[in-house]
Amino acid sequence: MTLPLYDNGALSGLLAGLLFGFVLEGAGFGSPRKLTGQFTLRDFSVFKVMFTAVVVAATGLWLADATGIMPLGKVYVPTLYFWSIAAGGALIGAGFSVGGYCPGTSAVGFASGRLDAIAFIAGMVVGVAVFAGAFDAIEPFYRAAKGPARQTLDQLLGLPAPVILVAFAAMAAGGFWLGSRIERRNGGPVTPDDTMGSRSSGSFGAHEAPAAKAAV
Amino acid sequence: MSDRPMNRVMTSPTRPYWPPLAAGVVLGLALFLAFVATGHGLGASGFFTRLAAGLAGLVAPIAAEANAYLGPYLRGNPFDGWISWEVVGVMVGALAGSLASGRFRLGVERGAGLRAPARLGLAFLGGILTGFGSRLARGCTSGLGLSGGATLSVAAFVFLIAFFVAGFATMILMRRAWR
Repeated sequence: MTLPLYDNGALSGLLAGLLFGFVLEGAGFGSPRKLTGQFTLRDFSVFKVMFTAVVVAATGLWLADATGIMPLGKVYVPTLYFWSIAAGGALIGAGFSVGGYCPGTSAVGFASGRLDAIAFIAGMVVGVAVFAGAFDAIEPFYRAAKGPARQTLDQLLGLPAPVILVAFAAMAAGGFWLGSRIERRNGGPVTPDDTMGSRSSGSFGAHEAPAAKAAV
Repeated sequence: MSDRPMNRVMTSPTRPYWPPLAAGVVLGLALFLAFVATGHGLGASGFFTRLAAGLAGLVAPIAAEANAYLGPYLRGNPFDGWISWEVVGVMVGALAGSLASGRFRLGVERGAGLRAPARLGLAFLGGILTGFGSRLARGCTSGLGLSGGATLSVAAFVFLIAFFVAGFATMILMRRAWR
């Protein structure tokens, strides 16, 4: 059997999504207050979960490549287009602080009852349409500063991949330690009852605050 | 069906979120399995591109089909792709997880500094920035940041650095809203 299986059928998509959505919800990533806690420094879960997942999956991919089970040359590696990817990343970061979600977490928020996720998804549809409408004008910028195809950090830095993986694991450990100190100092991390109160419905983000009481 | 299963689930005690280390390890294993099964990682924004193409095809079919970016999606069923099934799976997984843990919350989630209509307006605005940004970057936090990051792709780390820097910078203006 050669890997990857290149199974892009319905069942493969459903199963991968089920696992993905279940873990994201478990991590608290259906809650925009939990998610934006990353940038208010009240909750470092976004950094912790993403960085851990990258280190675990990258180690798995490296092991699969080194043992010949699944060569890295056979999986999809995105290619850098410096300006459009930096600008797009910045817009998604800004959209995250303004809107409280990113694309995947908006699906998780919607499915766990957040009506504001519907407004975010409607906005994304408009944003894609604006991009498509302006595509002819944007295209030179979109294709500018193309990097080497499928370039990876070990190639860029001239270091063996395991050195980078160990460095990432050390950075993750440092981030966990520092992040936990900072979030505790800021009254975090955010719990399920912090997100929308302990009742099962209603619109009351921070029930402890006078402004919220007046609004309810 | 049994009597009011939703109610019973939703009045069950709320369970805490998973510890971030556990969630990260399971997410990393799920991501690795996605690579083994499909040859690529997990994603999300591709589905919303298809949703935009499908809606544009309904609202303004001639303009949408002539559009250089969305037109190709409308030559067949715009939703026909692995990513659509994956996002359906994400929603089912999140619904099941939130109901089983008592974490399902129906309503508008917002900070104390905002009333619901303002929160919905900002969610819409943030969505516009995100939808535009995800097409510019050719992916989002999942497809480019997480999945690209797992391959150690340089593109993924340029994306992630820009994402975190802009997120912190924008939060200087948004801090009161999320209080």
